Parts: sequence; C-alpha cells; structure tokens
Amino acid sequence: MIIAERKPLPEVLEMLEGAKDVLVLGCRACTAICLAGGEREAVEMREALSLHSELKGKGWNVSALTVERACEREFLSPIEGHTGTVVSMACGVGAQVVQGLFPSLRVVPGVNTSNMGAPEGMGVFVERCAGCGDCIIHLTAGICPIARCAKGLLNGPCGGSKGGRCEVSPETPCAWEQIVKGLEAQGRTDLLEAIIPPRDWRPSRSGGPRRIVNAEAAPGPAQREWRGED
Amino acid sequence: MSVSRLQGTLDRGAIAVTAEIGPPRSCEVERLRAMARALKGSAHAFNLTDNQAANVRMSSIASSVICLQEGLEPVMQMTCRDRNRIAMQSDVIGASALGIRNVLCISGDHQTFGSHPQAKNVYDLDSVQELMVLRRLREGANWAGETLAEPPQLFLGAAANPFADPFEHRVTRLAKKVEAGAQFVQTQCVLDLDRFRRFMALVVERGLHERVHIIAGAIPLRSHKAALFMRDKVAGMSVPDEVIDRLRRAADPKEEGIRLCVETMQELVSIEGVHGVHITAIAWEDVVPRLVREAGLTP
Repeated sequence: MIIAERKPLPEVLEMLEGAKDVLVLGCRACTAICLAGGEREAVEMREALSLHSELKGKGWNVSALTVERACEREFLSPIEGHTGTVVSMACGVGAQVVQGLFPSLRVVPGVNTSNMGAPEGMGVFVERCAGCGDCIIHLTAGICPIARCAKGLLNGPCGGSKGGRCEVSPETPCAWEQIVKGLEAQGRTDLLEAIIPPRDWRPSRSGGPRRIVNAEAAPGPAQREWRGED
Repeated sequence: MSVSRLQGTLDRGAIAVTAEIGPPRSCEVERLRAMARALKGSAHAFNLTDNQAANVRMSSIASSVICLQEGLEPVMQMTCRDRNRIAMQSDVIGASALGIRNVLCISGDHQTFGSHPQAKNVYDLDSVQELMVLRRLREGANWAGETLAEPPQLFLGAAANPFADPFEHRVTRLAKKVEAGAQFVQTQCVLDLDRFRRFMALVVERGLHERVHIIAGAIPLRSHKAALFMRDKVAGMSVPDEVIDRLRRAADPKEEGIRLCVETMQELVSIEGVHGVHITAIAWEDVVPRLVREAGLTP
C-alpha cells in the first residue's frame, strides 16, 4: 500500500492562511491503514484546526469528511458543493484526483506521501517497492534491491554492509545480506553469480510519467464511440 | 599490450605500488602540484578520489590531469553515485583523450555521509555494470552499440572490501567484477590480516588471482584514536584489538603507526595472489615515500 505520514501541524496551519471554508478530507484506503489520513486522523485534524482558528481568531469554518478511496472519482461525489480549501489526508494520488475533479477548490496536502510499503510492526511501515516498472525479484529472493538498498545496487552488497545492517542507517537491514540469506534458504546461491546487466529505466519514473493501459479493461474505439468519447 | 605503467608493472609480474591522493576542496592547484612532486617516484600510480566520502572536491578528472602534468600516472576513480551512463561514458572518453588510462569503477560513498546529504543520487549503474559499460567502450562501442572511431584506452579497476559482510559472498562479488571487466582490484585497507588471508584463500581457490591483479590496501594510523575511529566510524572496516593496543602502548604512536604499516605492507605482498599494495594515507600523503622505502617496495 501507499505509506504516508501526517504533516506537522504548523505546516498545515501556514498553508491555510487566509482560508475561510476548510474541508478535511480523509481516505479509508492506504493512508487510513498507515494511520496517517483515515477517518480518525481527519477528525483529529478538524479538531486541531477548529481549535487553532478559535484561539487565534482565524474565522475558519472547518468540517471533515472521509471517503472510501480518494484516488477514484466514483467515490468523490460527497465533496460536491464544498467551497474553499481541502486539506487532503489522502495520498498524493488522491489529493490530485480531487483537485482534478474540483478545479475551483484549493487542495493542500495534509500528509507527506512517502512510498509503497508494508507494516512491519505496530506503527512501523517500511518501503518494499520502488515501482520501477520491470520487476526482477525472482532473481533476488523476493527482495527488491532497488527499493531496499540505499544505492539500488543490482549485483551484490556494497562495501558498507556490516553485521547485516546498511551503512546509511543502522535501523535498515542490508537488502543484499537479506537477498543472500534468502537465496541460501531457497538453494539458489547460483543466482548470486549471475550478473544483472545495466537496466532499461524507461518503464521507471525516468521515462516520464507512466500510463498503463489494460487492453481488456480499456474501451476500444467502438465502445468509446458508443459512450460518446473521443 | 599495456596502456599504462600500472598495467605494464602488473602484467610483467612485478609488485605494484599505488597510493591515494585526496584532491583539494577548492582550486588549490599549486598545493596539488606540490603534493604530486613530493610523492613522485614513490608509487607506480596514484588514485585520485572522486568526491570521496561524498564531500565536494576538485574533480578526479581535473586532478588526474594535473598529476599527469607533474609526471605522475593517475588512477582516476569514478563513482556511480554522481553520474548516469551518459555522463559516465562521456567523462571516460574525455579522460582518455586527456591521457588518463587507469580508471577505478566504484559505487561511491552514499551522499548522506558527506557535506551534501540533501543531494539526489544517481546509481543508474552499479559498479559491476560500470565495468561492463567501460569495457565495451574500450572495445570500440558505446553502451548503445554505436561504434567509436577512436575508443578510449583503458585499464579498468574495481574495489573489493574483504571486511564487509556477508564474508563468503565478498569473493562472489569480486568474481562478478572480474567477469564484468575488472583488470585490477584495489582492496579496502587491511588491518585485520587474518581475515584478509582467509579472503585471499577463497580468491585463490576460485583462481581469481590468475584473472585479475589484486592490490591490497594498507593504511598508516597516527594513533590508537585513529584506529578506534576506523573501527567505529568507517563502515566496512575491521580493526583487531592488537592493533589498537599496540598503538595505545607505543611511546611514539606516529612512529609505531608507520612501523605497523610497513610490516603490514611486507606481509601483504607475501600472500599468494597479492600483486601489489595500495596505500591510503588520509591527510598524511607525505608519509607515502617513507612507507614505500622502508617496506622495500620502491618502484
């Protein structure tokens, strides 16, 4: 899922200078699961903003609303009729979909969207996928060196791997140490000998913003014509 | 056919000596020239680091050229941290055009260790892939497959750290570098001779010493505090307690550090598969001629 964390409140307050109507928009998908922007956090944000407005005489009219998934327009009709500023507690994707659908609203981010990851323990979320667009984890014991090695090295650990830890942060396990252990467990250490050549980064972010078309789901010319689309 | 003095020395089976020069932080050309003159003759070639520890310094290309002008043969270090495959190939073609032949392919210290931790890193290639790309360049084509009318002349090197983990797979990684095109290898500084001997035994077992020239790292330490710093602050270093104790007990730690380094150099060249020593005297480069002389390794 997409991992995000709440922005520090002073930053949000600064973004709201001069606002009148403020809608805090929560999302029940990823940011709810990582405890950054679900219903609970949206309500907390509403309370914090209302209190600040009251104490400082800002005159903000703050409300909160949580949608099922902010990244899909089908779920965004509850926003209709709102004016002013939206503090998005959804990820950067949700925030942009909302902004695209309601151009007259001013959408400001209430969270910092960080990565594609998974919960590792109570309240701990770690990155797992870099979305490079060309998955190779069958070669690396199901561990992605692009997302999980600080240098994204594809051919083994750098000289800074010590005691299973990454030199960049002692809290981070060395991805390559994990890959080696994983391949040992799978009886596939032969894969450690194989060179992974320079990659084609075009399917990654380096190729520009990506667009995936699922031919089965995307309407063909006939359907588009029938639906009155270009 | 050898393209550099370093390659010639290694290919004829002689012990090669290399030493590291840290380029200045600004345009102090005269200081670099003075250092080059002081070190001239003490090694076959000199490594010019590429923004080591991710601190901004004079580029390894420029400082390599300045050393060339002073009659020193450079080993230009080139990290994957700061350049993609376009810049990498362009810089190497340019370097070769300027007379640089020895290139050391390395991942590079992560930028969070240096003066610009806010920087975005590149890592389009890793060091193994860098070797592949530069070998193809030398063979007459760029990575896109376009033919080069005049390919760069290169003697390609790689780094190896026998002291990082996981230990057994350090040799696997070295084997990949050899496979990718490494012709010489410079190792992390050796203070833990036992572990280095175990590493070399694995290297010899795989026959890698016959496919690549291994130049073992040596470092003079000024005090036991320097040894502690190496142990605790430098990632991927192994510093045995005996080394720390020996420096701590010494009446003149600096002299003891020199003696220790000289002994290590002599030990290193006696190990099967070791073809040379690489001296890293950080901010103490002027001690290099003495170390080489006392170790009996003057080129």
